[in-house]
Amino acid sequence: MSDIGRPLPNPNELDTGAFWQATKNGELGYQRCDDCNTVVFYPRRHCTGCLGSRLSWHVASGNASLYSFSVVRQSYHPFFRGRVPYAVAWVDLDEGPRLLTNIVGVKDPGKDLHIGQRLVLEWERHDALAIPLFRPA
Amino acid sequence: MAAAQRDAAIVGIHEYPSRDVEGHVSPLQIKAESAAKALADAGLGWRDVDAIYDAGDGGGMSGLTIAEYFGLHPRVIDTTNVGGSSYELHAAHAKRHIAAGKARVALLTYGSTAHSNAMAIGVGDRGGPGAHPVDNMESFVGMTLVSNYAMVARRHMFQYGTTSEQLAEISVATRLHAMRNPEAVAAMKALEFLDVRETTIDDVVRSRMIADPLHLLECCMISDGGGAVVIAAPEVARDCAKTPVWLLGAGEAAKYPENGGDITVSAAAQSGPAAFGEAGVTPQEIDIAMIYDSFSITVLTILEDLGFCAKGEAGAWVTGGRLRFDRPKDGPALNTDGGGLSSNHPGMRGIFLLIEAARQLRGESCSQVPEAKLAVAHGNGGMLGSRHCAGTVILGRD
Repeated sequence: MSDIGRPLPNPNELDTGAFWQATKNGELGYQRCDDCNTVVFYPRRHCTGCLGSRLSWHVASGNASLYSFSVVRQSYHPFFRGRVPYAVAWVDLDEGPRLLTNIVGVKDPGKDLHIGQRLVLEWERHDALAIPLFRPA
Repeated sequence: MAAAQRDAAIVGIHEYPSRDVEGHVSPLQIKAESAAKALADAGLGWRDVDAIYDAGDGGGMSGLTIAEYFGLHPRVIDTTNVGGSSYELHAAHAKRHIAAGKARVALLTYGSTAHSNAMAIGVGDRGGPGAHPVDNMESFVGMTLVSNYAMVARRHMFQYGTTSEQLAEISVATRLHAMRNPEAVAAMKALEFLDVRETTIDDVVRSRMIADPLHLLECCMISDGGGAVVIAAPEVARDCAKTPVWLLGAGEAAKYPENGGDITVSAAAQSGPAAFGEAGVTPQEIDIAMIYDSFSITVLTILEDLGFCAKGEAGAWVTGGRLRFDRPKDGPALNTDGGGLSSNHPGMRGIFLLIEAARQLRGESCSQVPEAKLAVAHGNGGMLGSRHCAGTVILGRD
């Protein structure tokens, strides 16, 4: 048995730390510019749509669609190698941001997933933060 | 051929022959040996080089390291590093530096011992959470390199009806070319490929799934290796030992995840038209397509983005062996050296795209296309399914 766990984000990283701090409260956050309305994701300190930096945090509903996915059959990573087969996916949150995540809650990820499928957020809780995963709605 | 500026030409090439150095040769030594052989190929020497290009495989502060290791005093030092596409950007920059009179003889080198170091590039750890915000948002997922590209393939299938059998055409044509290249055959044997022979569509789609929908035979090898390219000004090129291979046009681009973006379109959609535009030629005039074949889907997507066929139509377009070297009337021959899939992929394959394109335009390829006049070398560095850089170079002979 290995006690190696999932690689966890650093909740103090300067651009994305606030995103991870909010996951403790079950909030999936994203930024929108107060000046030009651009949705910024992954989180940053500056707006990529205008030259401003007045970004406000919003909380996503957790509803999303499956943009694309792959089922990993082979991994040498000390944690993930024991989890194959598992699904990695780009999902589109209804609010706009596209997020890289895992799809859980399916018997056979090779058969039970399809592009466009509706998904809902499912948190995987850890001590200092929670990991946003998705399952079919 | 169009009236593009002939302001720089490839005059010397060398591909390091071994793909398994068994820990006895370093990346720096591969670079130096390749540089010397490429300079000899051109009929030049170390003292002629006044511009160096390095993607960081020379070590920390690689521009400085390489200058000292080679014993050079360059006037131009360019350490652009955009992964496997670095060498197409180096060639583009060398063309500009030479055209501006800042350099006369440019030296590009590459050396890697990825195989000897047992680097699990395709299925290994993509790096842990770290100081960079991207890593901090993505490394919890366990996305291998293969699965990143596989997500492009899956989306391509969804949007355009592309099939695994169509993707397999890339692997089959490339292996055919590899079997004609003694160094590629030796490479596959050295790396202990199970079957060193020509393959069929069936072989590819029945090989083991690595990350759905990409099979083992749609994935490149991990080898040791390297090489060098010498690029020179016209007044130098005219006196070199070999026929000059002119750099007629070049384009660069970066692409990354954007909300609502289309991952079936690569950065080639920007770099390709820029390169063809500068060269004044169309994709339909191209005889040789050297396209970075990290995976089958990389080539399929880039064929569309470069304009060989319309977006979404490459699956049908490549069907029936269209990309073989012996069907020149049907379009370009693809990766006639055997590609990264079946000949040489030490991690950053871009330099070999320039080398084999030059071989074809000199008439020196193992799968020679008769009268080949125009080639495109397209590097894709980074990850096709998320963030990557593209470099497109159009090459032609007199």
